[in-house]
Amino acid sequence: MSTVVSIEGLGVSFSTDAGAVKAVDGVSLSVERGEVLAIVGESGSGKTVTAKTILGLLPETATASGAVLLSNKAGTSTHDVVSLPKKELRSIRGTDVAMVFQEPSTALNPVYPVGWQIAEGLRAHSDLSAKEARAKAIDILDRVGIPDPEHRVDHYPHQFSGGQKQRIVIAMALVLDPGLIVADEPTTALDVTVQAEILDLLRRCRDEFGMGIVLITHNMGVVADLADRVAVMYQGKVVEEADAETLFAAPQADYTKALLAAVPYVGTGTASAVARAEARPADWAAQAPVVEASGLEIVYPGRFGRPGFRAVDGVDFFIRPGEVLGLVGESGSGKTTIGRAIAGLTRVTGGSLKVLGHEMNGMRERQFRPARSRIGFVFQDPASSFNPLLTIADCVAEPLVIHGRAANPAAARKRVDELLEAVQLPRTYGDRFPHELSGGQRQRASLARALALEPELLIADEPTSALDVSVQARVLELFAELQREFGFASLFISHDLAVVDLLADRIAVLYRGELVEEGTGAEVLGAPRDPYTQRLLASLPVPDPVAQSARREELRRLREAS
Amino acid sequence: MTTDTAMRPPKRLLRDRIPVVHQLRQSVGLQRGMLVAGLVLTAFFILIAIFAPLIAPYGFAQLRDAEGTFGSQRPPSGEHLFGTTVGGYDVLSRVIWGAQTALLVIIIAVLLSIFAGVFLGLVSGYFGGWLDRVIVVIADAIYAFPSLLLAIVMSIVISGGQSNLWGGVFAAAISITVVFIPQYFRVIRAETVRIKAEAFVESAKVLGASNGRIMFRHVLRNATRTLPLIFTLNSSEAILTLAGLGFLGFGIEPTAAAEWGYDLNKAIADVSSGIWWTALFPGLAIVLVVLGITLVGESLNDLADPRLRGRRRVAQAAGVVAETSVVPGGTLTAGPGGLAGLEDGETFDEHGIEVAR
Repeated sequence: MSTVVSIEGLGVSFSTDAGAVKAVDGVSLSVERGEVLAIVGESGSGKTVTAKTILGLLPETATASGAVLLSNKAGTSTHDVVSLPKKELRSIRGTDVAMVFQEPSTALNPVYPVGWQIAEGLRAHSDLSAKEARAKAIDILDRVGIPDPEHRVDHYPHQFSGGQKQRIVIAMALVLDPGLIVADEPTTALDVTVQAEILDLLRRCRDEFGMGIVLITHNMGVVADLADRVAVMYQGKVVEEADAETLFAAPQADYTKALLAAVPYVGTGTASAVARAEARPADWAAQAPVVEASGLEIVYPGRFGRPGFRAVDGVDFFIRPGEVLGLVGESGSGKTTIGRAIAGLTRVTGGSLKVLGHEMNGMRERQFRPARSRIGFVFQDPASSFNPLLTIADCVAEPLVIHGRAANPAAARKRVDELLEAVQLPRTYGDRFPHELSGGQRQRASLARALALEPELLIADEPTSALDVSVQARVLELFAELQREFGFASLFISHDLAVVDLLADRIAVLYRGELVEEGTGAEVLGAPRDPYTQRLLASLPVPDPVAQSARREELRRLREAS
Repeated sequence: MTTDTAMRPPKRLLRDRIPVVHQLRQSVGLQRGMLVAGLVLTAFFILIAIFAPLIAPYGFAQLRDAEGTFGSQRPPSGEHLFGTTVGGYDVLSRVIWGAQTALLVIIIAVLLSIFAGVFLGLVSGYFGGWLDRVIVVIADAIYAFPSLLLAIVMSIVISGGQSNLWGGVFAAAISITVVFIPQYFRVIRAETVRIKAEAFVESAKVLGASNGRIMFRHVLRNATRTLPLIFTLNSSEAILTLAGLGFLGFGIEPTAAAEWGYDLNKAIADVSSGIWWTALFPGLAIVLVVLGITLVGESLNDLADPRLRGRRRVAQAAGVVAETSVVPGGTLTAGPGGLAGLEDGETFDEHGIEVAR
C-alpha cells in the first residue's frame, strides 16, 4: 500500500458569465510514495485545477465529479476528497496533503513572523504548546536550509529573499509531515539560479522525507530536472503519461512532440548568428551605432532623506544598425530599466546614453518626440499593452496617426492590414478588441504596432515571458523573420538565456546593474568567463533528464568552487 | 505558416452593452430581485416627475379651486386623496410636483459635478506633482466638512437662502455639487493613477503621443467605468441633501416649487396633534426614491465585482472544454468596461487606501 493519491475519472466544471466551462475532463492519475509526478501543459489545460482538487481547494463556482482517493502517509486511512465535507477536509489538509504556492511573497502573511506562521499549522492539527511548536518550527527551518534558524524564526517575510521565502513556504508544507505535497509552479516566480536551489530542496523532500510530490509546471527543463513520471495535459485531458526518461526520449502523443520541439535550447542560435555576421557588408563595423551607452547610470530617487536605488551602474554597450543585442539578467539586474531609458520612459541620471544621435541624459521630451517615430517598443505583458476599448486596427494605427502619416485610423486601414499580414494575423482580426485575442496573437499585434513606422530600433522587453512555450516558439520565429525583412536594430531583453541565444547577434549579461560579460552567443554561452555567467548557464535546466543530471553535478561543483 | 482560424467570439448584442440592461441580464436570484425593485422604484419616480403636470390633480401652489379654498389640515378625502397641509395645499399634488423638483436638482447637481470632478481628477492624476497635491488637499478639506453644513453655507452664499424655482433649484444643485466634486475627483484620479502605469499608456508615450491625446483617448475612457455607480449613489444623496436643506428652511419657497423637505418642516407641528397625512406622504416619497436609487447603485456595485456576483451553479461535468493558450484575463467576453470590467481589483489610491467605486 504505497499509493498516496489516486485520481479516478475526475471532471471539473466552472460556471462563468459565458455559461458552463469544463476545465478537467475524465482525468485519472496516481502518485506513489517517494515519487515526483509532474503535470505539464499550457495555460488553460486544467493542470492547476486538477492539483487544487487534491486539496479540495476548488472555488464555489466549480462542481467536480469522479473520485480523488487520498491516503495518509502511513497508509492507514483513505478519504475521497471530492465527496468529503468541509470539516473533514480541513483535518486532512496539512496532515495528509500540503501545498506549495507559485508566488512565495503572497503566500506568506507579511504581518506575522515566519515562525508563527509555521506554528499556526502545527497548532491547528495538534495541541502542542507554543514552546514546542516553536522548537519544531526552528527544526524545520533548519532542514529546509535557512541559515541561523534560532534567530531567523522571529523574522518577518520581507526580511527574507525570494528563494528563502519559497523555502519557508516549503517548510510550512513539510512541518506536519504529510504524505503528499502539491507544488503549483513552485519556481516560476524565481530567478533561474534560485530555481535550481529550490529544485534541489524538493528533491530532498522526496528522498529524505519520503514524500510524494505533484509538480505542476509548464517548464520542461524543470520537469526533466525533478520528475520521475510525467503526465501531459491538453484541453482538460491527459494526452500522455510516461516516466520522465521515456517521455523525453520517445514522446508518443503528437501534442507532446510539438511541446518538446517548441522548447528553446541553448546553442541553437549560434549558427544563424554566424551566418548573419558573415552576410554583413565590410564597412558595417564602422557605421555609427544606433544606441551607444558609456558609463550609463540610472538611479531611482529614494524616499525623503534616503539614498536612491542604483538600478544601472556604469554600463557600456552599443548596438549597430541591423544588429540584435540580447540583454540577459535576473530580476533586479536593471535590464528593463535600460530598455525603458532608451525609449525615454526612465530618466538617465549619469553617464551618457546616445539614442539615434540624441543624448538621453538631460533629454527634453519636446526635442526627442520626432525621434520616437524611429523607435518601436514591444511590452512584456500582452494583457495590458493594448487599450481595451480600441480595436486592434485602431491600436496599430495609433503610431501612424500620431506622426501624421494618416489622418485617422480609418485612413490608415490599408497599411494596418499589411502590417497584420506581416505578423501573420488575418486582416479581419483588426476589427476585434484586444481581449478577443489570445496572448500570442496580441503579442504579434504588438509587434505590428511597433513596426508600423518601420523603426530603425526595436526594443523588446521580455516579449515572450508571459506566453506558453509553443506560442513563444512561434512569436520568436516571427521576430527573427521580421528582423530579416525590416532589418531593424534591436535590444532584446529576456531572463531566458535560451530565448536570447535564438535571436541575438551579441549577448550582454547584467548582474545587479553591472555588465559582467558581453560578446557573441558562442563566446558568452560557449565559454563564459565571468563566474556569474557560468552559474547562470549551469542553473538553466535543459529538457533532457539524462543531460540535466550531468549538468546538476556541474552546477554543484561550480557552487562549491565559489 | 498557417494563419489562425480560431473561432471568432460572437459579437455582443446591443442590449448587452447598455450599462444597466447588461447587468440586469447578468444577475440572478436575490441580486436580481434587488436590482429589479430598485429599477421599478426609480422608473416610477422618473415617470411621475416627467408627467407631473398631467398626473397632479392641482398645482403645487394652488390654494383654491372653483369651489373655494381647500381649507387647511383636512384629512384625506375624495377631493384631496392625501388631505391638505397646514398652509392649505393639496398634499398629493405637492408630493407629485416634488418629484419634478427632486429630479431637476439631481440632474443639474450630477451634471455639474461630473464634468468638473472628472476633468480635475484626470488632470490631477495624470500630471501629478504640486498641482495634484494642491487639488487633493482641497478635496480632502471639503470632505472634512459635514456635507449638509457646507450645502447650507453654499445655499446662503448663492441665493441668500430663499428664492424662486430656478434660483432655488440651482442653489440646491450647486451646493450639492460642491460636496460631490471631490467624490468624482477622487475616483477618477485613483483610476487615472492606476491606468497611467498600464503598458498601453506607456506604449502611447513611446509612440510620441501628446499628453492631451493620451489623457482623452487612452486614459479617460478606461477610467469612467465606475461612474454609473457613483452616479446612482450620489443621486440618492442629492435627494437627501435637498430634503435636508428644505427641512432646515434653506430650500425653495412653496410658491416657487413643491419640495418634500419644506413640506416635512411645516408638518412638524401636525405630528403631535395627530395629523399624520402631512408628514407621512412627503416622507414616504423621500424614503422610496432614495431606497430605489440606492438599491440600483448597490446592485450595480455587487454585479461589477466578479467575486460578489452570484451565478447559477452548473451541472456536474457540464460545458465544453475551453480553448487553451489563454493568458490570464484573456478570451472570456469582458464586462462593460472592456477587459478591465472583467477582473477589476479594488481601486486603491497611492496611499493604499481603498476609495469608493
